[in-house]
Amino acid sequence: MRATTADRTQPAAIYLICAAAWVVPGLGHLLQGRRQKGLIFLVALTLMFAYGLWLEGRLFPFQISEPLVALAFIADLGIGLPYFIAKSIGVGAGRVVAITYEYGNAFVIVAGLLNMLVVLDAFDIAKGRK
Amino acid sequence: MTSHFGLMVVFALFVSTVFATLMRDQPKEQLAFGARLLVGFVGAGVLIGWLLYPLPL
Repeated sequence: MRATTADRTQPAAIYLICAAAWVVPGLGHLLQGRRQKGLIFLVALTLMFAYGLWLEGRLFPFQISEPLVALAFIADLGIGLPYFIAKSIGVGAGRVVAITYEYGNAFVIVAGLLNMLVVLDAFDIAKGRK
Repeated sequence: MTSHFGLMVVFALFVSTVFATLMRDQPKEQLAFGARLLVGFVGAGVLIGWLLYPLPL
């Protein structure tokens, strides 16, 4: 029964679904009719990212001279649109001396990484593997 | 909330929610699996915390 999604999904559409899933957490699932999962991802990942910023976590810059900072940037970017919204409104500067700084980083980074997993799940659904 | 334990529980809650939703399809199964994951994450965190307690910094 699940394979019907893949039967309808053209190869180009699969990549569009993945792009949508990256830009807005959960959108890839919503577009494929998995409303419950999509809504949970949208709420949980966006909240986790916002909570990390509220804990004074930092949105890391792309700094190739510092490999760990560059990796953290890639992980941060995984959340998609919320990253760019946060950047544009000037949050995510991070306050190193804040007691919750490292916790905030963990929340922001893991929210991005979890969204990458969600994108892969949306890809598998579009391919008919799930 | 800024306590270590509280933040660990909130973090575990988010991660359990996403993992359970990814790995199970039925809401009932998601709830049961998510609860098991949450207990596992928090339990492992407390256990590892106590194991590290005697170690010097």
